[in-house]
Amino acid sequence: MTSASDNMTFKNASAMGLSRDEWDLITQRLGRVPNLCELGIFSAMWSEHCSYKSSKKWLKTLPIDGPQVIEGPGENAGAVDIGGGLAAIFKIESHNHPSFIEPYQGAATGVGGILRDVFTMGARPVALLNALRFGEVNNDRTRHLVSGVVSGIGGYGNCIGIPTVGGEVNFDKSYNGNILVNAMAVGLANSDRIFRSAATGPGNPVIYVGAKTGRDGIHGATMASAEFSDETESKRPTVQVGDPFTGKLLMEACLELMASDSVLSIQDMGAAGLTSSSVEMASKGGLGMEIDLDLVPTREGNMSAYELMLSESQERMLMVLKPDATERARAVFDKWDLDFMPIGQVTETGRLVLLKNGGAVCDIPIGPLVDDAPEYDRPHGEAPSRPQLASAEIVTDSPISLVLKLMLGHVDLASRRWIYEQYDSQVMADTMAGPGGDAALVRVHGSSRGLAISTDCTPRYVEADPKTGGAQAVAEAYRNLSAIGATPLAITNNLNFGNPEKPEIMTQLIESVTGMGDAARMLDTPVVSGNVSLYNETDGNAIQPCPVIGMVGVIDNVETAVGNSFIAAGNHILVIGQGDGTIDGWLGASIYQQHFGDNKIYAPPPIDLSDERSHGSFVRQQILAGKINAAHDISDGGLAVAIAEMAMKSGLGANITTPASGHLHGWAFGEDQARFVVSTADDAALIAAAKDAGIEITKIGMVVADSELKFGDSDTISINEVCGVFEGCIPSLMVG
Amino acid sequence: MTLSALRVAIIVFPGSNCDRDIMVAIEQLTSRRPALVWHKEASLEAADLVIIPGGFSFGDYLRCGALAGRSPIMNAVLDHAARGGAVMGICNGFQVLTETGMVPGVLIRNAELKFACRNVRLQVCKTLASPFTSKLAINKNLTLPIAHNEGNYFAEPGELDQLEGEGQIAFRYTDSSIIGKANPNGAARDIAGVISRNGRVIGMMPHPERAMSDLHGGSDGAYFLLKSLEALVS
Repeated sequence: MTSASDNMTFKNASAMGLSRDEWDLITQRLGRVPNLCELGIFSAMWSEHCSYKSSKKWLKTLPIDGPQVIEGPGENAGAVDIGGGLAAIFKIESHNHPSFIEPYQGAATGVGGILRDVFTMGARPVALLNALRFGEVNNDRTRHLVSGVVSGIGGYGNCIGIPTVGGEVNFDKSYNGNILVNAMAVGLANSDRIFRSAATGPGNPVIYVGAKTGRDGIHGATMASAEFSDETESKRPTVQVGDPFTGKLLMEACLELMASDSVLSIQDMGAAGLTSSSVEMASKGGLGMEIDLDLVPTREGNMSAYELMLSESQERMLMVLKPDATERARAVFDKWDLDFMPIGQVTETGRLVLLKNGGAVCDIPIGPLVDDAPEYDRPHGEAPSRPQLASAEIVTDSPISLVLKLMLGHVDLASRRWIYEQYDSQVMADTMAGPGGDAALVRVHGSSRGLAISTDCTPRYVEADPKTGGAQAVAEAYRNLSAIGATPLAITNNLNFGNPEKPEIMTQLIESVTGMGDAARMLDTPVVSGNVSLYNETDGNAIQPCPVIGMVGVIDNVETAVGNSFIAAGNHILVIGQGDGTIDGWLGASIYQQHFGDNKIYAPPPIDLSDERSHGSFVRQQILAGKINAAHDISDGGLAVAIAEMAMKSGLGANITTPASGHLHGWAFGEDQARFVVSTADDAALIAAAKDAGIEITKIGMVVADSELKFGDSDTISINEVCGVFEGCIPSLMVG
Repeated sequence: MTLSALRVAIIVFPGSNCDRDIMVAIEQLTSRRPALVWHKEASLEAADLVIIPGGFSFGDYLRCGALAGRSPIMNAVLDHAARGGAVMGICNGFQVLTETGMVPGVLIRNAELKFACRNVRLQVCKTLASPFTSKLAINKNLTLPIAHNEGNYFAEPGELDQLEGEGQIAFRYTDSSIIGKANPNGAARDIAGVISRNGRVIGMMPHPERAMSDLHGGSDGAYFLLKSLEALVS
């Protein structure tokens, strides 16, 4: 089958990112050396991106079960029961490397890919979110990347007609050469109509549908598993090109076909295209697959077996149909003007056999491709211990209002309007709360139920203390959902780290997964899907670690949800999770420290998961009982920033009582966790309820009609003034 | 005629993505579900109002609406309009209407070269007789969402003078407390919507179907649609 001329050597394998041990294992399992196509398939399946070989050992420690879980990790996306016979199906995935090379297409195909993961399961996507990290903003390259990524995300989501309802973005110089673009999609399906990928029934037809195959994205999964260097520009041809219009046709055609009783199994052609889809379908079914590559629809001539198997052309799916369903299925794809081609069949052999020009060009056992994929316990150490920053060490006597104005003009705190107004956040007409809230709220179409969704991570905390940072990402998402009144259900995670072959990076990964697992267990939000992106380094410099959490929750009646905008003058402002005693506030690893402290890495605010749970639950219950009319999680920038955001959104002002003692700036800008600012018409009832629940609560002021923030007796600033810096920051930076 | 007797048809192109939204909005107001008509159909059943919804009809890789304007169904829509039938084009639907010449002008790329999704404030203009404006108070303000990349209305100054003179401008963008420029896309003379010379066809960039209740953050869309539908039945 393999002519001597195509016999591969270790040198070829090494060029595809395989190690000597991995090469030896392949030749041993095959009993011969592979040809180019076969080696390409092994290298893609065993890439970090597809095999999770460095992270698998640690991912297994995460909680994945719960009564709400319908489908945990391992399928195209996770699924949870949201009641009413419906499932929320969701996942987050990275497209970091392609987006750095070609920001528009990289980001667009990231969105397209995650949408396919969701509708492959039979769910209609209803919401998109993202988590982005860019380098220093005062930099032409960063501006180019921000602009390209944002328009790429919008370009795909806006056209396919799924609202982009939320997200997060930070800027740090560690991302100068390696940005992060993580896209999350959430869909809805009937719980009893979820589609999976395991191939069934030897002899059943294997169908290729969607766009034609070209030479774009060849070996993209392998590129995503390597560090960047100066030669990265030469990898532009490995970036895929998105076509959201075809994506829309594919989505509609698949959902239409899935509504009939035709599809046995289905898998999207994402990373490693036809290779991973065919191998995963056959492997999960414990079966084999035979494919005639001459039948694959192509848009370029003379594509080799290697190119056909490794192409990452977008908007393609592989399906196994019921034997009698082919013509019904063909009619659906004809209606949507998409290619529909039976290209092979399910077999009993347990082998992947590929035919081309009448002969076999690949014949390999599927077991080793998946089961023998390497799993490493990479060397790691202990996370460095960080000193605690005493608030008193930072001495400034500026009034709170002045500091607040400076902070709101900080790129990590400023309004994201310039970004999110480029996304259609309202199409489908069920967005009840879009970008700018604590969590997004999307109504389940035709019902009063709502899905609450948020993406979160604070990389500077993770860098300082990966275990606390990993837990904090889950806790912040939990707070964000609780702050609108929703019950958190489950999470998806996107672990973005540097090179795992470095012990200090592996330590970050392990510690943050541990923290994340602890938090997910305590908060009853198991991990149902996720993605790992490693080797986020350029010329040996790793990114700030960024384990992003995407959390999904539910609220029975969207009308009971609240926002983070003050409602009426005369309402009382309280902080839940903060006692009367003077506190100095936790300024280590805060945004305030970035402004006024030194450049040292200090310990981040500690996380008490039991407090997170009880405070979040209390806020949720009080919202649903109608006792809280606006709520906002206290996170980046602390209490004063949270209050300012609630005021700016409403146009109302606030009179805030400052504490008589303690560190004033620590009080205003400390980032102590497990806290919420809320407003209510009945402060006495809320305080009594908190006392009953054993939760600390402090009344700190009143909402006022004057458009002014007043701290203490004489420190005031107008809402217009803070709004000016808050809204002006990113637009002016983008102008350069 | 009552509202529930009103026959509304919504044209669906493969890349339409606001077809369901406007269908739900109309049904909310009339209790009658509009018909969805696939673009490959060559004929249209009798309708009191044809709506061309928002979206990206054929991906908008060419000029927005250019391919849709030449779909089989559009001949039937043109016939319907030629008979004096009412037509409403929203966003991409407005672009399709300009491509077919059913309303004047063209829609070009937003002045800031960015997609824009946000609320805008509109002012209702004094127009020639039209079911889409007859029941709205002149100078009334409406707050509606926009979501487009090509909503920058353009026509030659002479043509704009004529449109103003004839009363064919339905809505203009106007100042408000909403953050951002009042005119979100650079449209000539702040034009957000225009009507045909016979008053029976309207093209508008804002999306009324996204402002149907307080849960959407406002219900001016419901108000505008209801007044139009009421005018069509009276």
